[in-house]
Amino acid sequence: MRVKMENLTKQFGTLTAVDHFNVEMEDGELIALLGPSGCGKSTILNMLAGILPVTDGKIWFDRDDVTKMPPEERGIGLVFQNYALYPHMSVLNNICFPLEIQKVPKEERIRRAKEMAELVHVETMLDRKPRQLSGGQQQRVAIARALVKNPRLLLLDEPLSNLDARLRLEMREEIRRIQQKTHVTTIFVTHDQEEAMSISDHIVLMKAGVKQQYDVPQALYNEPANQFVADFLGNPPINNLPGTFKDGVFYGDGGAKPVSIPRFQKDGETRVHLAVRAESFSVEPQESAETLVCTVKSVYQMGKEEMAILTFGGTDFRAYIASDYGFKAGDTAYLGLKKRGVFLFDENTGVRY
Amino acid sequence: MKRVVLRTLLYLLLILGALIMVFPFYWMIASSFKTAAEMNLFPPRMAPSNWFNFDNYVTAWHTAPFGTYFLNSIVVCFCSVGVVMFTTILAAFAFSRLKFPGRDLLFTLLLSMMMIPFELLVITNYQTMVKLGIYDTLYALVLPFTSSIFYTYILRNFFMSIPDSLYYSAQVDGSSNWKYLWKVMVPIARPSLVTILLLNAMASWNSFMWPKLVIVHDEFRTLPYGLFTFTTESGSNNEIIMAAATMVVLPMLILFLFARKQIVRGVARGGIKG
Repeated sequence: MRVKMENLTKQFGTLTAVDHFNVEMEDGELIALLGPSGCGKSTILNMLAGILPVTDGKIWFDRDDVTKMPPEERGIGLVFQNYALYPHMSVLNNICFPLEIQKVPKEERIRRAKEMAELVHVETMLDRKPRQLSGGQQQRVAIARALVKNPRLLLLDEPLSNLDARLRLEMREEIRRIQQKTHVTTIFVTHDQEEAMSISDHIVLMKAGVKQQYDVPQALYNEPANQFVADFLGNPPINNLPGTFKDGVFYGDGGAKPVSIPRFQKDGETRVHLAVRAESFSVEPQESAETLVCTVKSVYQMGKEEMAILTFGGTDFRAYIASDYGFKAGDTAYLGLKKRGVFLFDENTGVRY
Repeated sequence: MKRVVLRTLLYLLLILGALIMVFPFYWMIASSFKTAAEMNLFPPRMAPSNWFNFDNYVTAWHTAPFGTYFLNSIVVCFCSVGVVMFTTILAAFAFSRLKFPGRDLLFTLLLSMMMIPFELLVITNYQTMVKLGIYDTLYALVLPFTSSIFYTYILRNFFMSIPDSLYYSAQVDGSSNWKYLWKVMVPIARPSLVTILLLNAMASWNSFMWPKLVIVHDEFRTLPYGLFTFTTESGSNNEIIMAAATMVVLPMLILFLFARKQIVRGVARGGIKG
């Protein structure tokens, strides 16, 4: 099912949690709502579920305007961060519960519940109570319960954040597998960029209730729309060198040697951040107009590469450098900028030039 | 070593306390098996000569209509407890889950009413019963006890500790408030509900002052009131009075022995929330 949000807005008193949010999601995709905590991503999920009323704007499921539709008519499955399993019911009864409410005959609901249990691999623990299951197993049961009524849309709120690191990796692949097998359009909320990057088809990155960028994961990394997107994605975080940009030349703060970067077009003199990913530096044999003259502060061995901390005009930054060069602390390095992973952002507005 | 001494002292103290609590019950039961001659012995004997001497019970049962009292007590207890459970569950749900203007103010008001002692309400309740025309009937014993702020408070606290996400999950699955309450909340709250049920049953079973005020006719008396009139009417036959008292106390004693774990657990839970 296609999900479309049109100028979706949510206000809590004077606080605007979601501000004119516009996104169109394709059928059958796994979509991540990504952003730091408090950015409104869970609010959007709850509005999609119908638990929170919408202040302004519209939500469309295919051609239906569901903005004012009560939750039970929307045909959604919902999995909460704490799984929200009914503690007094067995696994089987938990999965059956949505069908029981829909008055599906008993035999059919048990058959369908067992199918779902098999899909999520909990078929051997149908008689157990939720407290007898591990976190990952509870998560699987919660997903089965959400899927058993064949929802048009599956919503997962921070599905992995209650799990330990190893289980998290396993469950994230499980979510991908289950989603691909059922082809149900799935939206999940996360604050973990790695989680979002690794399994989703599309990512919506949000900040303070405002959509920052909606694209495939690699595009967010390679072509960030603004400073926030560039900062949020990537590990180690992107390097930001403050300075002034004028006529194709970057004048770094702290009296660093000016660097000519002809690829950026910007008239006049502007305060900027030159944002460079750690892997986007190249070591040049000698100084030129387009190299950054830096001083090496320290070097960490990482096998085939080295991670170097360098300083450019008083600003420290990280760079991956091939081990061949044998840099030591105190050396001077001439670094060129690769094509990918180099951006120029306005210092105040974060707009990308 | 010091620990052992301390522990021993502590346990001795506790055992002493327990003995003081249990002794009157023991004395009541022991006396109920004694003959009139044994009762008047001095110094008194701790145990009856025959533990299977049920004569006093038979006498007591035949001197006063204890069968009627029993039946009245059971009817009043069942009705009152049943209705209280129902109203308590609904009220606790409303005060914990539903959102309506003035909800918390209203609840605070209700709580503040708990400060008014029952003895103060007796007069107005009495007048209400008279005006309703149900004075001296079993209805008068049930009607003033069909809701309880205290039990609502305990249950509301428990309900509030149930995460919201369960409610929203059920809502997304199409469950109404009514279904959610009975299929999810009530089963989860079972320990609290059992506690409330037991406390309520005991209070109802033991209530004395109210029945004494609104009941005149013998046929509507409940056990404690019946016992009271029995003691005044049967004069100085203490062994028979003790037999009657044992009959009155026994059902609650048995109930308590079976459910004491539940009671303690429920009260502790309701108190510390979660």
